[in-house]
Amino acid sequence: MLTEHPVHLNDHYDVVVVGGGPAGMAAALGAREAGADHILMVDREKDAGGILWQCIHNGFGLHHFKEELTGPEYAQRYLEQVIDHNIDVLTDSYVYDIDRDKNLLVMSGSKGIHRIGGRAIVLAMGARERTRGAIRIPGTRPSGVLTAGLAQKFVNMQGYLPGRRVVILGSGDIGLIMARRLTLEGVEVIGVFEIMPHVNGLNRNVVQCLHDFDIPLHLSTTVVEIHGRDRVEKVTVAPVDDQLRPDLSKAWDIPCDTMLLSIGLIPENELSRRIKLRLDPVTTGPQVASTMETSVDGIFACGNVVHVHDLVDFVSQESELAGTGAGEYVTGHRRPADNIRLVPGDNVTYCVPQTISTDREHTVYLRVRHPERKCTIHFGDVYRRKLAYVFPAEMVTVKLQPRVLQAFHGDTLNVRVEARE
Amino acid sequence: MTETDRLSHYLCIGCPLGCRLEVEETDDDIIVRGFTCKRGKLYGRQEHTDPRRMVTTTIAVRGGRWPRLPVKTRDTVPKALVREVCAALRDLEVKAPVAIGTTVAANVLNTGVDIVAARDMPLA
Ligand code: SF4
Repeated sequence: MLTEHPVHLNDHYDVVVVGGGPAGMAAALGAREAGADHILMVDREKDAGGILWQCIHNGFGLHHFKEELTGPEYAQRYLEQVIDHNIDVLTDSYVYDIDRDKNLLVMSGSKGIHRIGGRAIVLAMGARERTRGAIRIPGTRPSGVLTAGLAQKFVNMQGYLPGRRVVILGSGDIGLIMARRLTLEGVEVIGVFEIMPHVNGLNRNVVQCLHDFDIPLHLSTTVVEIHGRDRVEKVTVAPVDDQLRPDLSKAWDIPCDTMLLSIGLIPENELSRRIKLRLDPVTTGPQVASTMETSVDGIFACGNVVHVHDLVDFVSQESELAGTGAGEYVTGHRRPADNIRLVPGDNVTYCVPQTISTDREHTVYLRVRHPERKCTIHFGDVYRRKLAYVFPAEMVTVKLQPRVLQAFHGDTLNVRVEARE
Repeated sequence: MTETDRLSHYLCIGCPLGCRLEVEETDDDIIVRGFTCKRGKLYGRQEHTDPRRMVTTTIAVRGGRWPRLPVKTRDTVPKALVREVCAALRDLEVKAPVAIGTTVAANVLNTGVDIVAARDMPLA
């Protein structure tokens, strides 16, 4: 049975991992693997495991475990390993402050306030959902407007239904998944409204969450007003033009008691800003080297804190690397510093990591600005690969072998995606 | 049968390209069109002849760390039964602790498929 060992909290750790979701768990294990002795993972929930516990649908783990798991199964597999590897797991606790010398102020439900020093820190706080404030929907401020992920926690863990007649704004995967979930719980889901002309979530979710249950999807349509005094009574929706401006002459009202928002995630970087890590203006997360080290020596970052991922498997992969980096940092086996900066060029919004080295293999994650079929990704003139397609919603993963970089003597590589003809 | 009766349409879920598949049922064959790769062809045929789904939902659990226990079908069930499977589990309640993989309902709706716990649920 899943039971964390009771933690005897020390004042000093080799590695402190902030956040116990998929990123934190993989980082803690990576640090252990790399030889770090005393590792602490701090999580604010009562179980480490993060968002996975509430993502009860399946589709996780195909890359990492080579089988299809539900979110809770993925979480449990990881957490069991974390516990087996004698990593101190401090739940119900919050890292309130850190400084550049790697001192942490931890507030814990069971242990009170503690100062803890780490020789290395891994930031793995994840992301939070964008809320109504982020898109400024006019109207009153009644209850019944909540993010899809919060509704997911209510339904799947706590056993509450958020309402009886629900409108979903935004077609991100969590919104689509919640459309199905609420339908199966007997809630009436009136429709999913997406301001863009295309769906944000996976086709698989469009088919299995919407089509399977005849839930309408309204593209190029958005909510323009929320009505209701204490509780949501109705919302007004309207189609938008190609500049995303609503056409109010075609607006219509939908009586409902709840509106869920599935409009994206924001990396949770309060701590990163506190210690003035160099941030990437596009991802809004810390800039990282190929070891996932941030601009401050010995402080690493991984997972949705760095950039928002679409697959947990990639979070695990990237975070293990961060853990390895932290472990090697404290055991004194540091890798040579990176010598090449990756610069996003045509149709590339960002690359993570932002720098790489010529001495070993690297996995580079990037996103494109607009969809393209039959294209080629170029890393300067040293490497190119053909791709059948790229989509902004799907992260592109490229493995770079050291041999392609050996003949390269510059210090920046322009990364671009070009149509092939 | 009219021409349109013989045609069904599906969105391939194999990759983000999302090819629109058209499946035609002739008297002795099933013809899939619109795919870009083999996976789409197989998917179209499967969705048309025997669409199946994994069902994931939650059931009530008493005395556990959380009030709801995530569960799943051990294998896929016919798509048409998804709602009924969930309805059949609506009044089910188990007692904590529950170990991951434990069967909480055997042979649901005579499908031959068990419902199993998708996580450990320790005592509160
Ligand atoms: S048919 Fe092939 S290319 Fe088209 S969506 Fe399916 S898997 Fe992708």
